[in-house]
Amino acid sequence: MSLDPSFVGRTYPPTAPYQVGREKIREFATAIGATEPAHHDPTAARALGHPDVVAPPTFPIVVTMAASRQIVEDPELGVDYSRVVHGDQRFAYTRPVVAGDELVCVNTIEEVRTRGGHGFLTIRTEVTTPDGESVVTVWSKIVVRGEG
Amino acid sequence: MELPTKTFRVTRADLIRYAGASGDFNPIHWSDRIATSVGLPGVIAHGMFTMALVGRAVAEWAGAADAVVDYGVRFTRPVVVPDDEQGTEIEVTAAVREVTDAGLTRIDITATCGGEKVLSQARATIRTPG
Repeated sequence: MSLDPSFVGRTYPPTAPYQVGREKIREFATAIGATEPAHHDPTAARALGHPDVVAPPTFPIVVTMAASRQIVEDPELGVDYSRVVHGDQRFAYTRPVVAGDELVCVNTIEEVRTRGGHGFLTIRTEVTTPDGESVVTVWSKIVVRGEG
Repeated sequence: MELPTKTFRVTRADLIRYAGASGDFNPIHWSDRIATSVGLPGVIAHGMFTMALVGRAVAEWAGAADAVVDYGVRFTRPVVVPDDEQGTEIEVTAAVREVTDAGLTRIDITATCGGEKVLSQARATIRTPG
């Protein structure tokens, strides 16, 4: 799978704001077995200084995975999604995501490589509020497996 | 300093629940037919589900739900989840690499399934507990 290296540095338009709901955070926390009260009980979250329930550390993937479709489905780049596997993942937080947040994603292609017949694509997503307050920076490296 | 080992049991039901909660409905995480057709031994856990379980371990070591400030992993090996009551088990250990003057603790994490490492370069930075 050969990916066009000229895509390095390309930044895509901001996504429509994602509304983080309290029940979505509870649902996600329950699905991963995270029982800490701050994920479920607004009073417990406020005791830690947050306005509402706090999302677990990997929750932003819900938002960024949807946002990354604008890259993996970019016909010019031509990623074959059926051959995509997840390589690396990193989250660097300015603050935790909390219920009530509206999150906007700006995707930038940070790295494009082809090695051993496989394509490697690193996407950096700046996740902010609509006012531009930084919440978390997310790096996702995907591998597009070569044929055979 | 080594942190206490944590183990997480993973069954098919957990993968279905995670698919719904995360919106990741890739069929390799619920269909043996499709998983084997792309060369996998069977249904595998979402890498992000494994990362989420390890994130729970990190938050428990930190002693606070909001203490993780940086967290990254590389997915090196799939976690195969058989279609039975037992499923499989992921074991997570970690060692403190550095405690900074700025109140942060950096930890190196090891996650294994069936004795094989499923993550590499797994690192987290947490606010130093206490």
